[in-house]
Amino acid sequence: MSTTEQTSGINAAVPDKETQLEIYRRMALIKQNDEASRKVIRSGRLMMPYYSQRGQEVIPSAISVNLNADDQICTIYRGIHDMLAKGVPLKDLWAEIAGRVTGTCKGKGGPMHITHPASGAILTTGIVGSSMPIANGLAWSFKLDGSRRVAIANFGDGASNIGAFHESLNLASVWKLPVVFVCQNNRYAEHTKYEVGTSVDQVSKRAIGYGMPGVTVDGNDPFAMYAAAHEAINRARDGEGPTLIEAMTFRFFGHVFGDDDAYMDAGEKAAWVEKDPVPAFRAKLIETGVASEEQLSALEADIAAQIEGAIEYALGSDFPPVEELTRDVYAEAGAA
Amino acid sequence: MTAETKKLNIIQAINEAIAEAMEANPKVVVLGEDVADKEGGGVVGVTRGLSTRFGDDRVRSTPISEQAIVGAAIGAAINGYRPVAEIMLMNFTTVAMDMIVNHAAKLRFMSGGQTGVPIVIRMMTGAGIASAGQHSDFLEAWFAHTPGLKVVAPSTPEDAKGLMLSAIADPDPVIFIECSRAYGTTAPVPVDLKPIPLGKAKVVREGSDVTIVSYSEIVVRALAAAAELEKEGVSAEVIDLRTINPWDRETVFASVRKTGRLVVAHEAVKEFGVGAEIAATVQEELFSALKAAIKRVGAPFTSVPFSRPLEEAFIVQPGQIADAARATLKTN
Repeated sequence: MSTTEQTSGINAAVPDKETQLEIYRRMALIKQNDEASRKVIRSGRLMMPYYSQRGQEVIPSAISVNLNADDQICTIYRGIHDMLAKGVPLKDLWAEIAGRVTGTCKGKGGPMHITHPASGAILTTGIVGSSMPIANGLAWSFKLDGSRRVAIANFGDGASNIGAFHESLNLASVWKLPVVFVCQNNRYAEHTKYEVGTSVDQVSKRAIGYGMPGVTVDGNDPFAMYAAAHEAINRARDGEGPTLIEAMTFRFFGHVFGDDDAYMDAGEKAAWVEKDPVPAFRAKLIETGVASEEQLSALEADIAAQIEGAIEYALGSDFPPVEELTRDVYAEAGAA
Repeated sequence: MTAETKKLNIIQAINEAIAEAMEANPKVVVLGEDVADKEGGGVVGVTRGLSTRFGDDRVRSTPISEQAIVGAAIGAAINGYRPVAEIMLMNFTTVAMDMIVNHAAKLRFMSGGQTGVPIVIRMMTGAGIASAGQHSDFLEAWFAHTPGLKVVAPSTPEDAKGLMLSAIADPDPVIFIECSRAYGTTAPVPVDLKPIPLGKAKVVREGSDVTIVSYSEIVVRALAAAAELEKEGVSAEVIDLRTINPWDRETVFASVRKTGRLVVAHEAVKEFGVGAEIAATVQEELFSALKAAIKRVGAPFTSVPFSRPLEEAFIVQPGQIADAARATLKTN
């Protein structure tokens, strides 16, 4: 059980070239989708509450390549990156954030509430901390089934100060649930700096109190993130119980799109933006011969086309009929 | 022809219902504080014997962590299980309200019908056992006011068993309220009792002059009020709602059409309560059938007190229900 800053150590799993490229593809998808989202809001084509994930691309990309299609994730309102990395289709996602009937949730959830069970994307909650108790339940069902499936609970550093975090880690440990708690520490809980609201210098130290391994990793380093996720997920799969991963990162924008981010330290932000993990990993892939410039440009162009297609599809889709207002409050009569 | 029966109290009746459901469906699981036999099979023994019979995997005692309990139930339910979660006392739901209201109740709607949450959250409550303000509240109106939840509150062993069977089989989250004062109530229950559908009230006493609608243990008091009124030549019809949401409008409306007078009695404080909802609906839909203003009977707008005389004064008494019925007869 270590709570030290982890880099790719001697025993750490290393993603093969194909996996590295796949991690980059997911990162690029998240980055480009985030840019498209902000552009669409700025231009007035769509109105929605939007919580940019820019800067946090590595975490779900490096985690999700370790997951199977039938593994499940829960995330929070800043969670579109988690959902895309898990495989939620762009068209369904965009239709949902546009409030259209063709969306993942028929337009009834919106950008803060993406659910797409076919991808294993079970819950996006708008309540800080609430991904964790429900991820435990998913994990409990896997354990009852006797399967080797795994649940991931994503949340931010702010959520580590809410009661649900503590109840969930304790229960997961006592029941040895196949769940991985992923704290995406982006240094700000809404507008409040990490150290102003959190009693320990590393969230991962809190794992000690719940009898589970806790590890702090560089969440902007695809190799370190991959290795930490690989170990925690395998541990859960093997029935050895939960792990708390604290992935250090930084969000490049304010809490919600349009907020004045004056509360963020300009120098700190500039330093993180300077180390933007997406172009950094791109350069590394080229440098190490994993991919060529042409190959990555083609991949990015393909993503851009997919996003544009998804936006067009969404905006061309119908709004839900008014009957949807009262449908799905309860199961249809006769359902069981 | 009389069906074979056996005498059960409400604790035993609910226990039998859960056991039968677990026997019939391996996806039915139980969780909550102290629910396994090593911990006594529940604080009053509702789940006694279940972990021994069905194993510790399916009947799990939990830490004192209500959010974690309801969250675990929700997650397992989304993946096809049928969790029966015990929240020891209704007041303790207050620390799990995010899980109940924001998640269990809403996930079906917010996911466009993809993630249903078929859980039962059982709890006991009720004044009269000297437990004061944080262990006694009837908070059913909060849950009945929340779209997505169903709310059930039986008054007899037969109903407790039959409604629990339906609650476990129901595709939606059900808040199942057990009155601690009524746990010891014993009555014959048919051995082959079938599930009693949710949303169906029961006319427990027929009458023609005034309708008294109630639920949970207050039904017993409504029946006592009806007996008192009978001596005065007043014929009161008593309806046990059994399910608070969805409530059985048809049965209540049919009765009010007949009697023209309505009293709604419940243990919770009167203000903003279930009685207000029923009274408002009846006057909206059946105004012309009414011969008198509808009366509500509930607790005074205060916290449940400890001291015995105060606690006695808090709980709705048969005399108050009878007085309300008399008032409807005096009007006009």
